[in-house]
Amino acid sequence: MLNSLSNYFHKKQRLRLIALLTTPVLWLVVAYLGALAMLLVTAFFTINSFTGNVIQQFNLGNFQDMLTDVAYKNVFLRTLGIAISVTLICSVLAIPMAFYMAKITGPRSQKILVALVLTPLWASYLVKIYAWRTMLEPGNGVLDWLLGPIGIHSPGFGGPAIVIGLSYLWLPYMILPIYAGLERLPNNLLDASGDLGAHNFYTFRKIILPLIFPSLVAGSMFTFSLSLGDYITAQIIGGKLQMLGNVVYQNFSINLPFAATIAMIPVSIMALYLYLVRRTGALASM
Amino acid sequence: MHKKRLVSLIAVASVTALILAGCSSGSDSASDSGVPKVDMMKELGAGEGQVNIVAWAGYVENGSTDPKVDWVTGFEKETGCKVNVKNGATSDDMVALMKTGEYDVVSASGDASLRLIYGGDVAPVNTELIPNYADIFENLKMQPWNSVDGVAYGIPHGRGANLLAYRTDIVKPAPTSWASVFDVNSPYKGKITAYDSPIYIADAALYLMETKPELGIKYPYALDQTQFDAAIEVLKAQKPLIGEYWGDYLKHVASLKSGGTVLGTTWQVNINLAKGEGTKVEGIKPSEGSTGWSDTWMVSSKAKNPNCAYMWMNHIASPAANAGVAEWFGEAPSNAKSCDLTADKNHCATFHAADDAYWKDVYYWNTATEACLDGRTDVKCVPYAEWVKAWSSLRNS
Repeated sequence: MLNSLSNYFHKKQRLRLIALLTTPVLWLVVAYLGALAMLLVTAFFTINSFTGNVIQQFNLGNFQDMLTDVAYKNVFLRTLGIAISVTLICSVLAIPMAFYMAKITGPRSQKILVALVLTPLWASYLVKIYAWRTMLEPGNGVLDWLLGPIGIHSPGFGGPAIVIGLSYLWLPYMILPIYAGLERLPNNLLDASGDLGAHNFYTFRKIILPLIFPSLVAGSMFTFSLSLGDYITAQIIGGKLQMLGNVVYQNFSINLPFAATIAMIPVSIMALYLYLVRRTGALASM
Repeated sequence: MHKKRLVSLIAVASVTALILAGCSSGSDSASDSGVPKVDMMKELGAGEGQVNIVAWAGYVENGSTDPKVDWVTGFEKETGCKVNVKNGATSDDMVALMKTGEYDVVSASGDASLRLIYGGDVAPVNTELIPNYADIFENLKMQPWNSVDGVAYGIPHGRGANLLAYRTDIVKPAPTSWASVFDVNSPYKGKITAYDSPIYIADAALYLMETKPELGIKYPYALDQTQFDAAIEVLKAQKPLIGEYWGDYLKHVASLKSGGTVLGTTWQVNINLAKGEGTKVEGIKPSEGSTGWSDTWMVSSKAKNPNCAYMWMNHIASPAANAGVAEWFGEAPSNAKSCDLTADKNHCATFHAADDAYWKDVYYWNTATEACLDGRTDVKCVPYAEWVKAWSSLRNS
């Protein structure tokens, strides 16, 4: 039975191709692109101001609200700032760590270090953020207890807390691509640079950085986009500070079209970001 | 390259067109005037084996929070209806949850009930199928927030006031007025909390009724543009004082316990929970009066388990269960016979169950509409949708 079926498909090339591709293409087009298109379309709808039911009638009111209210400009800039800070902090922390893992330590501890970097991903996101809540609690949190005697105090709940929390959460996503990039970097390049009299920092700037740039871009796409869309961290350790995700969360139950409009912002930023990345050519060498 | 791009553009366009076509065929759900016609249940059948409930925290307790607090297990045994509960944090949450059509019953406050009725999300309730309805206080039946044109849309549940919570060991002297949470020079700056919902604008309006009588606010849910702007100014000035806004009651209780929050608006049930964990905290109804709630059990127009839903509504309105909820949540019961069954025999007196004078300065949550709810016809009032926008703007500025 199976044999005859496989014989049949062997002869009909076109049919074979259709059978193979239908499911993944349906998934991609309907579930993935369809959801995005739905988002785009909903952003142009409006609601009945009393019952909150969605009225499917094209209008630009939501975009007007978003662009004229200075509050949304602030939340946009704030979110962008947080995402950029998180990406920078993650890069600064990840490069030396990945370099140590890939180039300095022995093969045995290399495996252990990779496992250690991955372990936090096994714990639930919520558990980790609630742990940060107890750490950052002003006055009686772990941070104040530990560092208070030397005069360092917890930043409390707010912007800095969000940056700390998100950097902690997304660090593995930055370390792993850079580590993979450094693994591929031939050691003799570093040796040659040293032999020719370059300082360590010069070698880093002229040899390592250009070669791991695509990995850095790959990592930054994770940290940047994940921070851009996050709202739970802000809810738990952000105090009264809100990010774009919180605006969506706040509005999706009452005013779905407006939430969709706001959600278009991170989508556009990511599209722009990917376009810029493509222009640098980093995508091609990834 | 260009050809490829063209092909992908066409693909995206065709998907969009497909979805648009799908949308427009199933629209017509929005109603701009009048109540959508929804049939009322005629007679009670056998239970479906389960009931899905959207409720305020503390309304549906099966002993898992506190073993002594349980009015669900008995109901499940008696009727065979397994109770699944989803807590809503705000009225807006509840409206959104009911619109999904996946829930059978909701405990709606006055700022949700009318939206649900006019949205066609809930069905009229046949009170003859609910024997315990007879014992409900007469002045809670057929009120503007639970009936339309003489048709009942739910069973009154209970009422209460939003309280001012304060840590007795930290806040001294004890506050007596809402001014303590709006005072820009407050010594508790950064440790004050407020409820994270547009309905909190009414709390600022209530405060203005007392402090700025020249604004002429008579009812905190009927604000013309000038009055509304004044209330928003109060909230803007308050924002630097706020440490955290609370929507999640468990996080709020944890904040009260840790001292991250020492002062601010709350519900009695949060105070009970915090006290249960050893926190020194009290709640008062301040001198200006308070906003509050009068809740109604309503049944979804798309209920999949309508029989169990009716059984639940009858059960929760029964003297024993009603007394249990009222005492646990800290509110006045709706069933007159409940008062004999509370563990604390003074409960009904403490919460003024039958004391109409007490409720004079408690303004039950209501949905603001363009037609002013206080009867003024010379001005237009700010509708709730604008409240939502203003709140979102305030929170994100």
